[in-house]
Amino acid sequence: MQTFGAVLTQVLHIALMLAAAPAVVGVVRWLKARMLGRRGASPLQPFRDLDKLLRKQPVLAENASVVSEAAPYAAFAASLVAIALVPSFARGMAFAPLADLILLAGLLALARMALALAGMDVGTAFGGLGAAREMSFAAFAEPALLLSVLTLAILAGTTNLDLIGATFREGALGLRVSLGLAAMAMLAVAIAENARIPVDNPATHLELTMVHEAMLLESSGRHLALWEYGAALRLTLWLSLLAAVFLPFGTAPAGSGPLAWVPGLLAWGLKMGALCLALAGFESAIAKMRVFRVPEFLGAALLLALLAAALLFVSTGLA
Amino acid sequence: MLTALTLCLGLLVLLAAAAVALGRSPRAGAIVHGGCLVASLGFAAVALAALLGAPAEPLTLPFGPPWAAARIGLDGLSAWFLLLLGLTGGAASLFALGHPPGPARTLPPFPLFLAGMALTLAATDAFLLLFGFELMSLASWALVAADHEKAENRAAARLYLGFAVLAAACLIPAFGLLAGHAGALDFAAMRAAPPEGWQAAAVLALGLAGAGAKAGLVPLHVWLPLAHPAAPSHVSALMSGAMTKVALYVLARLLLDLCGAAQPSWWGVPLLVVGAVSAVLGALRANLEDDAKTLLACSTIENVGLIVLGLGLALAFRGADLGPLATLAAGAALLHALNHGVFKTGLFLVAGAVLHSAGSRRLDRLGGLIHAMPVTAGAALVGACAAASLPPLSGFAGEWLLLQSVLAGWRVSDIAFQVLAAAAAALAAMAAALAAAAMLRMFGLVFLGRPRTPRGAGAHEVSAIERAALLLPAGLTVLFGLFPGLLLSLAAPALTVLTGRPAELPPGLWLTAGEGASGYAPLAVFLLLAAVLVAVFFLVRRRSPAATQRGPVWNCGFIDPPSHLLPFGDPLTQPTAGGIAQPLRRMLGESLLAAHEAVDMPRPGETRAATHRAGFRDPAFALLLAPAAALRERLSIQAERLRDFTIRRCLSLSFATLVGLLALLAWIEAR
Repeated sequence: MQTFGAVLTQVLHIALMLAAAPAVVGVVRWLKARMLGRRGASPLQPFRDLDKLLRKQPVLAENASVVSEAAPYAAFAASLVAIALVPSFARGMAFAPLADLILLAGLLALARMALALAGMDVGTAFGGLGAAREMSFAAFAEPALLLSVLTLAILAGTTNLDLIGATFREGALGLRVSLGLAAMAMLAVAIAENARIPVDNPATHLELTMVHEAMLLESSGRHLALWEYGAALRLTLWLSLLAAVFLPFGTAPAGSGPLAWVPGLLAWGLKMGALCLALAGFESAIAKMRVFRVPEFLGAALLLALLAAALLFVSTGLA
Repeated sequence: MLTALTLCLGLLVLLAAAAVALGRSPRAGAIVHGGCLVASLGFAAVALAALLGAPAEPLTLPFGPPWAAARIGLDGLSAWFLLLLGLTGGAASLFALGHPPGPARTLPPFPLFLAGMALTLAATDAFLLLFGFELMSLASWALVAADHEKAENRAAARLYLGFAVLAAACLIPAFGLLAGHAGALDFAAMRAAPPEGWQAAAVLALGLAGAGAKAGLVPLHVWLPLAHPAAPSHVSALMSGAMTKVALYVLARLLLDLCGAAQPSWWGVPLLVVGAVSAVLGALRANLEDDAKTLLACSTIENVGLIVLGLGLALAFRGADLGPLATLAAGAALLHALNHGVFKTGLFLVAGAVLHSAGSRRLDRLGGLIHAMPVTAGAALVGACAAASLPPLSGFAGEWLLLQSVLAGWRVSDIAFQVLAAAAAALAAMAAALAAAAMLRMFGLVFLGRPRTPRGAGAHEVSAIERAALLLPAGLTVLFGLFPGLLLSLAAPALTVLTGRPAELPPGLWLTAGEGASGYAPLAVFLLLAAVLVAVFFLVRRRSPAATQRGPVWNCGFIDPPSHLLPFGDPLTQPTAGGIAQPLRRMLGESLLAAHEAVDMPRPGETRAATHRAGFRDPAFALLLAPAAALRERLSIQAERLRDFTIRRCLSLSFATLVGLLALLAWIEAR
């Protein structure tokens, strides 16, 4: 029974993520449009876009190799496996023992590598430029992420996401400055990893400072659909991750039944809505920064995360 | 078992002699490399038997130095590294077997190089270990200098020899200090009397400098990016894959085993710092280099740094009485050593195949080789993804364990160490991301895109034997990535040697850390990825059945360059090695490696081309080599003055030396 429940939650979770990811992107776009005084496209627009792209015939460059054809699938698979590990409405899913934060970072790196390889496959200037920038940003984002994980690991005694969520849910830790600092660092990493403003602008093409879109210029049809869907999954993943770690309220505990899932689902929807609103507000209020200012942005995140860990060392006298 | 090991060693020595005798005979290469392949496989088999079975009694050889018989033995630690040597040596020999023969002068040193490494690993006393170590250094020096027509190779070989001498000059006194007054060179005797006080500190410093100079630890790494690429490719593969690991074996043997388990926790700190700095600096340099083999050599510096970081953590945890964590960190170091040895061998062999087939090592002269060399490209992609530590390949397994152990660094109850461990965690993560960037840059420029030169456009796939030699490390990389838990339980005897306590490893395919609360199951991740990949592929293709159409490159609406000059278009429209390096050069290179860029724009109306220059200078050159050269200059000027002494001053100098030596003797006798 326990196993069946775990498997059922896992399947439901994956279905929910697949359904919610394009909607999350749509909602953020719609909220941004509203804040800027436009009417904005319906939040369901990304679904229509994906459907349209899937119906179109993909065109590849003459010298494109098998990398261009395989990379979208690889990146999508890595993103989907990653998001399957991040709890949404309930904990104790079938894959919970796998849900390691370092593995999560590894899977996201796998998706990033696939994207960068596809960007370099045809040998165009834009693809190489985007790939180089994307990988360079990661050199600053990864240490900040790992130091945030360090803070979480010290407080929860593990890097398993499910157990971290459970520990924080119990509230024995109370409010901690370290957690706040780590949350800020992880927010900055999330913004950089998802190519949001101020690091990159998801709404533009053909701009000299773009990163993410530069690697997708040569893809079309179902390949582009997979890239877009994968990016939507990663955005949902990061928001869901932040919610699971720093806002663990309302999530159904491990081994609970469908009655507990409904409030869990509602709580997850609320948290995601709030995070989307915050993201849209932040993006509307701030300008895109120069590419070579990004290390400062992520370096600040790194320092915050280091400060979070150091505060823990000092305050609790861990030994 | 040890008899088989001795026979393999003997075979290698015989092969070296035969290579001299055979000279330029056309079959010499096949005989020597075939023999090396057999000996390497023998090493791997012996090592596996030693790791799985009971440790064998040391075997006394019928010859040796005059004061004691030479004895060889295999404990867990040496068997683990011998396994690595066997696997990498096998792949390199196989590749050389299929490769067109190089100059005849590379043949005799190659078996000696393998024999030197094996002897270092199998030695049970300091003399034999140092003998093997120096044999390895000299043989590899001969191989680095093999292509001595090029001035840069001569310079690299000279620098390499200088650092080899430095390594010897540090390691011999380190072992001397351990041997003590009695001069007991046997390891068992050294273990019985661990050093104390200043002697222990001196052993630490000398061992780190000596083994570090050979392994390429910052700041003694300057020779490595020059010497490793200068040798023939299969030798570069062995130097990066196996030789640096043999140096790390000496480091681990010296500091973690022979110095005893009672050393304090701070012993780990120098290793931690040096390892973390090496990791970041090596990975960053790999992003700035324009030569594929130099790039790989710099990535070796990074990985050696990560392994030393793991060893340092193991020392610190052991000193702080955190046994399980010491096992975790030592396991990370050992696992990463084996994994890196295998995938780096594969990558260097790929570089050799590319050099042979496309005629260049320079990233800016290659491109688009995935079409001409699909098998090589596949092997390169596996190696590059492992070096970029992506799951579920082998690089990630070692990285995962390492990050888990460095994340547990706060359990040492010393706030300075805690902050240091946190910084090391950040640097290790940064090194991993930088390595990913470097590997993408290498694979993307060499295999993706379009050819950049006519020579590169005429590339072809390598021979079947070479392909097998490329696929062997690639297959092992996948295999080791999927089953790190089994590999780690295989390393249990080695962990016992390193941590001084029986290794309690949870059985199974998982890697676990921290009382089993965090786990990594690569097989499950791989199966999940594969299942999702297949499902997504079929679902998407059902919804979108249209076949892919081919068209000209879009490239943001740029027109294609005229193709009447070069069939593959203008190479200048493609990203260059310098261009891909630009973000990291500006973000990190300017502060860490004194990188610089200069753009020379023609004034309006001028018709000359604009130029862009970029470069960097490793600070170790300015901070270490330049003062060393200045010191040598000053000393030689002083020594020159001796020649102009009058006979009276010469005699008084001799007299003073004599009195001084006698006084020293009297002082020693009085103690």
